[in-house]
Amino acid sequence: MEKVLMKGNEALAEAAIRAGCKCFFGYPITPQTELSEYLSKQMPKRGGVFLQAESEVAAINMVLGAAATGTRVMTSSSSPGVSLKSEGISYIAGSDVPAVIINVQRGGPGLGGIQPSQADYWQATKGLGHGDFHLIVLAPSSVQEVVDLVSKAFDLGDKYRVPVMLLSDGLLGQMMEPVSFPEATESKFDKSGWAANGTKMEREHHIVNSLYIEANDLEDIVKERYARYAAIEEAESDAESYLTEDADIVVVAYGATARVVKSAVNKARAEGIKVGMLRPITLWPFPKKQLCAACENAKAVLTVEMSMGQMVDDVKLALECKKPVSFFGRTGGVIPTPAEVYAEIVKLNGGAL
Amino acid sequence: MKLPLKRIVVVTGHYGSGKTNFTAALALQLAREGKKVTVVDFDLVNPYFRTADFAEAFAEKGITLRAPDFANTNVDIPSIQFDLGGLAAEGETLLIDVGGDDDGAVALGRYSHMLNSYAETGELDMIAVVSFRRYLTRTAEEAQTYLQSIERVSRMKLTGIVNNTNLGAETTTEMIEQSVAEAQKLSQLTDLPLICTTAPETISPPQTGICPLMTLPVMVKLPW
Repeated sequence: MEKVLMKGNEALAEAAIRAGCKCFFGYPITPQTELSEYLSKQMPKRGGVFLQAESEVAAINMVLGAAATGTRVMTSSSSPGVSLKSEGISYIAGSDVPAVIINVQRGGPGLGGIQPSQADYWQATKGLGHGDFHLIVLAPSSVQEVVDLVSKAFDLGDKYRVPVMLLSDGLLGQMMEPVSFPEATESKFDKSGWAANGTKMEREHHIVNSLYIEANDLEDIVKERYARYAAIEEAESDAESYLTEDADIVVVAYGATARVVKSAVNKARAEGIKVGMLRPITLWPFPKKQLCAACENAKAVLTVEMSMGQMVDDVKLALECKKPVSFFGRTGGVIPTPAEVYAEIVKLNGGAL
Repeated sequence: MKLPLKRIVVVTGHYGSGKTNFTAALALQLAREGKKVTVVDFDLVNPYFRTADFAEAFAEKGITLRAPDFANTNVDIPSIQFDLGGLAAEGETLLIDVGGDDDGAVALGRYSHMLNSYAETGELDMIAVVSFRRYLTRTAEEAQTYLQSIERVSRMKLTGIVNNTNLGAETTTEMIEQSVAEAQKLSQLTDLPLICTTAPETISPPQTGICPLMTLPVMVKLPW
C-alpha cells in the first residue's frame, strides 16, 4: 500500500482493526486519547465493538470477558490508567487468555504529567499485577514499527495464550510519520480447546477462571505457564543491533529514546568514535543473547532511558557484571537530546568535549 | 508569493494536514511583508507538537504569540486565558491555528458569533488545510466530509482551501504534483477556491499549473 502520514496513536488503532481486533474497551486519558477516538469512529463501521467503560477497572474486566470467548480484544491507556488495570491484567494472565494492552506512557508517579516517559518499564516487565506471571512486552520505536508490532502482539497472544503489552510513549503516540499497512493477513489460531464461545450442546463447557481450590492444582498450572514462558524466552526475544560489530561503546535504548540515541551514535561515529546501539524490541523476554553478542567487544555500556533508570537493571543482569554499565536519563516528561547523549558517549570514550 | 487572504485567517483542517507548519510559515511571510502579526495557538485538543513550539522563532521576527497558558506543560487543561474578541478588534493581522478535525473546531463554535461578524464585513477568511497523503483524506470526497464536519461544529463557513499534501520528511515533488488534480476536484465539489498548493523549500519546486505555489520552511521538528 502507498505510504500515508499518520499519528502514532491512530496508526496503532488502524493496525489493530486490520489485525482482526473485534472489541475495544477503554477509558480516555492523554496522551493516548486519539487511539480510542479513532476506534470509536471506525469500529462500528467495520464490524467491531467500541465501548467506553465507566472506568479503567471496568474496561479491563470487559477485556477479560471478551478474551475468554477467543475474540481478539484490546484496551489502551496511559500510565495511571494502566495501574488501575493491573488487577484485571493479572486475572487475564491467570485465566490463560490472550489480550492486547497498550500503554502510551506519560510522566509519573501519581498523576505525573502528560509529556512522554518510559518510567513504566518496571511495571510492564516485572510488576503489572499480583502473582507469578509475565506479560510479553513489545517496544516499537517508530510509527511504522507500531503498526507492525500491533499485529505481532495479537499473534503472540493467541499463540501462547498470554496477555501482550505494547509499550509506547507519548512521543510515539503523538508524532506523525509515514506508514504503510501490510496486506491484512490475520493468522488463524485454533481456540476450540478453550474458548468459552458456546457449546451448541455439542461439547463440555469450557471454563475460564483464575481461581484454584487446591494449592497443588494452582502450583501445577503456574508451573505449566512457566514452561510456556520458557518457550517464549527461547523463541521470541528480539532486538535491533546498530553498528555494534566493532563497537567499543554500546548504547542500549528502546522506544522513542532509541531514535535520539541513533542520532547521537551517528554523530559520534562521524567523529571516529566506535559506538553502536542495541535496541530491545521485546522488553520481556529481554533480548539477553542479542545484548551479550552486541557487547562482546565493548569496553563500556551505556543505557539511556526516559526514566531514572529501570531497563538498566536488566542490562546489568544480562551482562552478569562482565562489562561496566552506566546510565543516562531524563524523566518527568523531559526528552533527552541527541547532544546530551553524545556528551555521555564522549565521556565514556575518555575524551572531553 | 502573496496570498489573497483577509486580515483575520482561521486555519482549520484534519489534524496532521500540516496546519501548524502552514500557519507558522504564513506568519513569518506576513511579518516579512511588514505586517504586525499575532498568531493564536487555538489548539485545545493536541497535547504536544503545536504552534506554541515556535515561540522563539516568532519572538525574533516580532510576531506576537498567544497560546493557552497550559500549552506544552505537563497538564491537559483545555482552556484559554486570552480575549480572542479583543485580539480580533485590534485591527491587525491575526492568524488563528485551530485544533485538528471537528474535535478541534468545536472550540471555534464558542466564538462563531464574533468571528462571523468579521466574515460579514469582509475581514476574515477561514481556510481548510488539506493533505491527500493523510489517512482518511486520500480523496477529494473523503476530504469533503472532513470539511463539512468542521463547518458544522464550528458554526462557520470555509472560504478557501490550501493543498498542503505532504508525507513529512518523505515528501516528494511528484507527490505534490499528483495531488493538485485532487485539490482542484475538492475545490469543485465544495465550491471553495483553491488558494495555493504548498511545497517544502527543501525539495525541487513542483509544477502546479494554474494553482499558485507557496514554498514553506519545515518548522515542525522532532526531538532527534
